[in-house]
Amino acid sequence: MNDVIGYILISIGILFNLFGCIGLVRFPDVYNRLQAATKCVTLGTILLLVGVAVISANGLMGAKAIVCAVFILITSPTAAHAIAKGAYASGVPLWDKSVIDKYGEEKKDETAKTQRA
Amino acid sequence: MRRLIYFVLSFVVWLILTWPVVDGRIDVQVVIAGLAASAVVAILFHEMLPKEHHIFVSPIRIFWLVVYMPVFFYSVIAANFDVMYRALHPKMPIRPGIVKIKTKLKTDSGITALANSITLTPGTLTVDVTDDGYLYIHWINVKAEDVEQATKQIAERFEWFIRKIFE
Repeated sequence: MNDVIGYILISIGILFNLFGCIGLVRFPDVYNRLQAATKCVTLGTILLLVGVAVISANGLMGAKAIVCAVFILITSPTAAHAIAKGAYASGVPLWDKSVIDKYGEEKKDETAKTQRA
Repeated sequence: MRRLIYFVLSFVVWLILTWPVVDGRIDVQVVIAGLAASAVVAILFHEMLPKEHHIFVSPIRIFWLVVYMPVFFYSVIAANFDVMYRALHPKMPIRPGIVKIKTKLKTDSGITALANSITLTPGTLTVDVTDDGYLYIHWINVKAEDVEQATKQIAERFEWFIRKIFE
């Protein structure tokens, strides 16, 4: 019974990873791709690890898998912030059909102010 | 004292991850390597960990953390279906942009938790945080461009819980 639940969880996890990768290929710019990458890949990988934990029931591998899942849940969004900010700082433009860019506008205001002063 | 706490924590994680008991005997090499690694972690990184570590022993905060978990995972799953829909739809219905929101949270760990929650929930990704409590959010489907409306739609449902947990 545990095996069946575990395999179902692993299959769902792989499916979400697949959707994340499709998004990664189809979306137009770095920021949209990061959205797909962080959300789907985080949940997909966590489901894989939980599936492993369920299959190994009360074994050691289960404890390791749960610890790894918690780490991924904390580190994955943090890494996404770092990549997004780094991409913006190094001048990667938003997709040309983006509707609004408050961040860029305010950065521009600041540089204008410092240049005037 | 804080170094000791982090030493013990990292050593416990090391023990779980490596489990040095083979056939009922303890593998001394692994334990020694773990002690060395945890000592390095505790000495180097004790200042990087949050100052508000007293929150992890308060039962009310842990209760709210437990209540927050289902809300959070519901949002994470909703976010995944959202990305799936946008990635698979032939016309790709996205309307991306970067908006600015204001948070009332003050502590570092609270803002970190809010930023991570925002990143894992539908259509939003934190790009940057300013010192005076504004967050820049990349939104895959911009519904509101001004600060108040965007704050209401993105942050409000988490802020309430996170204030109970972290502040």
